[in-house]
Amino acid sequence: MNTPTAYTRSAIVLHWLVALTILCAFPLGVYMHELPLSPNKLQLYSYHKWLGISALLLVAIRLGWRLGHRPPPLLPGMPRWQEIAAHAIHHSLYLLMLAVPLSGWLMSSALGFSVVWFGVIPLPDLIGKDKQLGELLKDVHATLNFTMLALVLVHAAAAIKHHLFERDGTLARMLPFIKQESKT
Amino acid sequence: MKRLLLALLMSPLAVGSVSAAEFNAVLGDKSAVNFVSKQMGVPVEGKFKKFAAQISFDTNKPEKGRAQIEIELASIDAGNSDANDEAKGKAWFNIREFPTAKFVSGGIKSVGNGRYEAAGQMTIKGKTRDVVAPFNARLDGGNLVIDGAIPILRLQYGIGDGAWADTGTVADEVQVRFHFTLAATAKK
Ligand code: HEM
Ligand code: HEM
Repeated sequence: MNTPTAYTRSAIVLHWLVALTILCAFPLGVYMHELPLSPNKLQLYSYHKWLGISALLLVAIRLGWRLGHRPPPLLPGMPRWQEIAAHAIHHSLYLLMLAVPLSGWLMSSALGFSVVWFGVIPLPDLIGKDKQLGELLKDVHATLNFTMLALVLVHAAAAIKHHLFERDGTLARMLPFIKQESKT
Repeated sequence: MKRLLLALLMSPLAVGSVSAAEFNAVLGDKSAVNFVSKQMGVPVEGKFKKFAAQISFDTNKPEKGRAQIEIELASIDAGNSDANDEAKGKAWFNIREFPTAKFVSGGIKSVGNGRYEAAGQMTIKGKTRDVVAPFNARLDGGNLVIDGAIPILRLQYGIGDGAWADTGTVADEVQVRFHFTLAATAKK
């Protein structure tokens, strides 16, 4: 494989599609689970699951695509620790964006609330009904989510810092319409 | 081979002698009343842990069969404690005023192949409606096992008033599924 020098259009589209679905599913999850039981709550739970499963599907496509396509190396001139941190966070994010929706699906299966995607496509239950396990998976889903949130914040902060302070092309190569005007 | 032949010869006798009996002792620990509702298009199962059932049924004389099932609504398990509390409240079963639901049937007919239909009245929340509950009956180790369902349109009984009346969220149709194991009593 040649070493690419830029993210391909597919990589960029998939990055932002996944980011968008996750960034919609997350606040919806936090909001809905505080609500008292009502028809509205049931609706929001369903929308959350539909979004979450869509995220899972997009992540699967993204991972499949990524396995066949090397990303460009990080821009030169970064301290070693930053390179290590960037790679570690990228790999952890790949893991979490898979584990978060999977844990949600597992939780729903265990609690006896199957998923019918967009109210049309019934998905199989991943595990049998088991209330205790379901309660545990609720905590797992929440913990994975808040871990992912922390990493995404660091990840986004780093990208913005590169744009504003190092003034390099890191953010611009994932977000092409903001072209970095400086030297690199 | 000999044993098989013997078994084959004996089996109609055995079945004949058992099914001649009337079954009328409901075995509580081998019986269950569940229900399936549809929430946002997703079938969700729940159960009633406490119920009292008096059933007498003779597969040779189904028309003489009768059944009375009384369900203690406070024993509902709708999946989680929020849902249980909600179900007991005014909008749903209003159990303070209407603690039980009752199904009474005095007319059972055979529709063939071990399948039957029990016509009767369902009373919930003070409202009584005619319903037909299809079920099947089979012999199992000397007992009669009955599996069937009472179809209910919840809004006919005012179950799930107000905001919950929207059937796009919780469907109108609810299946109350019953599974009863009846022991035989000797024929007099
Ligand atoms: C990328 C996808 C997803 C994200 C970002 C996400 C995010 C969240 C968040 C932040 C919460 C609130 C956790 C809390 O504060 O306790 C939550 C709750 C929940 N999620 Fe997800 N989720 C995703 C996918 C899914 C999927 C695919 C399902 C099911 C098929 C699901 C089912 C649930 C359920 C049922 C709850 C509520 C748990 C409760 O009642 O406490 N989620 N989600
Ligand atoms: C849920 C949200 C997000 C997730 C899960 C996520 C995940 C990832 C992953 C795994 C990569 C590495 C791609 C690869 O090299 O294979 C990446 C790259 C990148 N992400 Fe995100 N991201 C998210 C949100 C954001 C946000 C909000 C920003 C910007 C503010 C951002 C900016 C970038 C940039 C600039 C890169 C390219 C880094 C480089 O040049 O090596 N991401 N993202």
